[in-house]
Amino acid sequence: METKAKRRRIKDLNFWEKIYVPEIIKGLSLTLRTMFKPKFTMEYPEVKFEPTGSYRGRPVLVQEENGVERCVACGLCSRVCPALAIEVQSAETELEKERYPEKFEINMLRCIFCGFCEEVCPEEAIVMSKDYELAFTNREEAIFGKDKLLIPVGKLQDRIDFLRQYK
Amino acid sequence: MSVLEIVIITLIKVVVIVGTMLVTVAYLVYFERKVSAWAQNRIGPNRVGWHGALQPFADLFKLVLKEDIVPDNADKKIHALAPVIALLVALSTYAVIPFGPDLQIGNYNIPLLVADVNIGVLFILALTSLGVYALTLAGWSSGSKYSLLGGIRSSAQMISYEVSMGFSVVGVLLLSESLRPVAIVESQSGWMWNAIVQPIGFITFLVSAFAETNRLPFDLPEAEPELVGGFHTEYSSTKFAGFFLAEYANMIIASAFIVTLYLGGWQIPYIDKLGLSPILETILCFGAFLFKMALLLFFFLWVRWSLPRFRYDQLMNLGWKVMFPLSLINIIWVAALIMIFGM
Repeated sequence: METKAKRRRIKDLNFWEKIYVPEIIKGLSLTLRTMFKPKFTMEYPEVKFEPTGSYRGRPVLVQEENGVERCVACGLCSRVCPALAIEVQSAETELEKERYPEKFEINMLRCIFCGFCEEVCPEEAIVMSKDYELAFTNREEAIFGKDKLLIPVGKLQDRIDFLRQYK
Repeated sequence: MSVLEIVIITLIKVVVIVGTMLVTVAYLVYFERKVSAWAQNRIGPNRVGWHGALQPFADLFKLVLKEDIVPDNADKKIHALAPVIALLVALSTYAVIPFGPDLQIGNYNIPLLVADVNIGVLFILALTSLGVYALTLAGWSSGSKYSLLGGIRSSAQMISYEVSMGFSVVGVLLLSESLRPVAIVESQSGWMWNAIVQPIGFITFLVSAFAETNRLPFDLPEAEPELVGGFHTEYSSTKFAGFFLAEYANMIIASAFIVTLYLGGWQIPYIDKLGLSPILETILCFGAFLFKMALLLFFFLWVRWSLPRFRYDQLMNLGWKVMFPLSLINIIWVAALIMIFGM
């Protein structure tokens, strides 16, 4: 019982801690050492952050080597999108896949980068890219059509590999 | 020298000192930002000019262009007066700081200080304690509770630290037997620096100087997290720039004062043994003064980014229960030294 009262609590300081000065010197030496350590700052416009495959940037449509999009315009992505950012209009085509998106628009002002569209896509046709530089000056520019969304499959290989491994 | 010559030389000295002081303040702000960045593994301002060298001027430009907002229930006259007091006090104390020994150019013997006043130390102490009126009036006249709290804190802080500051200075005065800054510097020849002779007094004075200049860990009048901005919450544009300037000018004056009182002023130990020409020796001594000042200024910045802010009651405890008795012990120590060694 009596040992409990004698136990040293963390907030009880010993003599050297009570006179502050050695502790202050300790703190000062820490900051001085830090001043000479390498800096973490990335000087952004010159040096750009290169994300790994797990990064969820803006969603894009995969474009095959022959220049046709993979998308078969099933509309699942637009159905699952919690922010209602995706609009798909399908049309028929002579190709093997029979359907293609005549119009595919993502409103980047609404997109919340959740990745549900990519998760639900049966064709691996919409994936999240590494692109994080999204700036527009008006609302019209924020609606990305097929011209901005189609990205060649080669550039998206990192993400596709990641999805095949972890999805 | 004729009266006209004296007037011209003094005017030149005033212009040079005020000019260099303003530039130094600008770059002190820049170095504050750099040191804060380094202490946090960042780079700091590096966009405007070479390594961000023009940043202070960009900052100043921004401050001057901003809209000057005065709150509705502020006391307009005092609200405008407060930053003026702060600046006036901060700039006038430079007059009595000796930056170097006498400079010999031809027949002229120019002392490197504006006014060689017999009561120089008293003058500085008086003016720096007037500086607290700026903060108190600013806090009181703003018509905002945060400003008022900041003002009250600044006056309470001043009262509790001015005492130990005064008593620490007494130790120096006992040894120099004069209130003239030049005499105080000359009494610390060789390695007889007051920082070495009376280390306790040096530490108490240094801590009081931190409190006096409202620097962290004693920046309770500002205390951003608790009081928004403290006494300058309701200030903007040029008036805010005035306070900002005054704070850094006070830092410079405090370090110059510490160098004069405790670190041997412009003196370099044993420089007379080297047999240099008088003019070179003067320049070296002047450089030594600036070097000591720069080190102290770096210390001010360094401490700011190392130590957390004191709580209000901790500050009072430290001021009255620790610093005050320590400064009294220092007086006894110096008196004993004089009695035993007859210094």
